[in-house]
Amino acid sequence: MRNTLACARNSFRLLTAIALFSCFLPASADVDTGRQLYRSYCSQCHGLDGTGNGINAPHLEVAPRNHTDRSEMITRTDEELFKAISEGGQSINKSVLMPNWGKTLTEEQITDIITFLRALCCLDL
Amino acid sequence: MTTYPFKLYVAFSTALLMSKVVAAGVPEVATSCQSCHSFETPAAIVEQNLQNRIAPPLYFAGNKFRRGWLIDWLQSPSQIRPSGTFYAMHTSTVDGEDFVDEGSLIPHTAVGSAEAEELADWLMTLTPKAELIAAEANYTPGNVSPRLGAMDFVKFKGCGGCHRDTPEYGGLSGPELYTAWQRLQPGYIVSYMREPAAWDSLSTMPNRAMGDIQIHKLTDYLKTLSGED
Ligand code: HEC
Ligand code: HEC
Repeated sequence: MRNTLACARNSFRLLTAIALFSCFLPASADVDTGRQLYRSYCSQCHGLDGTGNGINAPHLEVAPRNHTDRSEMITRTDEELFKAISEGGQSINKSVLMPNWGKTLTEEQITDIITFLRALCCLDL
Repeated sequence: MTTYPFKLYVAFSTALLMSKVVAAGVPEVATSCQSCHSFETPAAIVEQNLQNRIAPPLYFAGNKFRRGWLIDWLQSPSQIRPSGTFYAMHTSTVDGEDFVDEGSLIPHTAVGSAEAEELADWLMTLTPKAELIAAEANYTPGNVSPRLGAMDFVKFKGCGGCHRDTPEYGGLSGPELYTAWQRLQPGYIVSYMREPAAWDSLSTMPNRAMGDIQIHKLTDYLKTLSGED
């Protein structure tokens, strides 16, 4: 009986450890997925390094946002970023040149991109 | 010893990888094309990944191109995508600014006229997306004022950010569109604008959720650019 209890307690600890550990796992996976998605979809205008100087930038009347600009980026909430990406610049009274990606990317993919944006602007990568 | 850039290495190894996938029913004349192009529907492609896509898919060529354009272009190909098939593969950053690495854009192989006809005839039989074209049957080509069309294309819809509507003006990440009408079937243009992902799940063109009127106006603008009556 005591053995079973100990065993149960141990497996509980193990489960807790796994649960705790996996809390951290997806977060780092998100940054990588986000980075890949950023390269595919955003870099054409925002640039491979996110500074707003993509190959299309010289042809845009309104300059794409510099995503490495910490002072600008910390003024935006995740909700605002989500809206801008999903519904386009117009939805937040910015340029129509920033497209709506909500019909192209899933909510999860957009969240991954935001996770990457946060790392890009505000963490040392 | 020559050192090849990593990008080239990736392109070559992908080409090698892809060349092992031989689609059923590919005629002799088109076998060499498969070192770069896919004639297979996506489920059968090794793993669809934009990061190593070196050439546009051709498995729906018969729903996309005009036969006459194919015959001409295959004999004397010119660049369609100013920054290659996947721009990030052909983009370099210098002093914080991205530019297209022109040297990485390899000129397309040309074929003779008999081969071009044979290839075009076969490519035109690849029509797995006929129902997408049929769904756009209510489009009747018309013309628009070039000035208003350009304003819509650049200012209101933002297409000019990624596409050129003249050889000098527009973004570089999408295919040139001043030749779109000569190159593409009208139904394809309309359908692609409506839902790029229905044609290519890896398309990096945004779906702007436009209605018939908006889509037809933009398509008419592309027709107007061609100068055709
Ligand atoms: C070395 C790689 C390579 C080989 C081999 C090759 N192509 Fe291509 N092809 C490309 C690339 C890259 C493009 C895109 C060019 C552009 O957009 O400027 C392209 C574009 C095309 C297009 C236009 C596609 C579109 O969506 O705009 C057609 C049609 C085509 N190729 C047919 C062929 C045929 C037929 C063969 C075989 C005879 C062939 N290609 C062999 C790399 C290749
Ligand atoms: C963010 C960049 C971007 C924007 C904005 C954009 N496109 Fe595209 N477009 C692309 C890319 C990338 C492709 C396809 C690339 C490929 O197949 O190689 C494409 C493909 C197309 C095609 C098919 C061309 C072909 O050769 O297959 C048409 C037509 C088109 N776009 C029209 C438009 C119109 C009209 C608008 C404005 C409503 C627009 N695009 C906005 C990037 C863009």
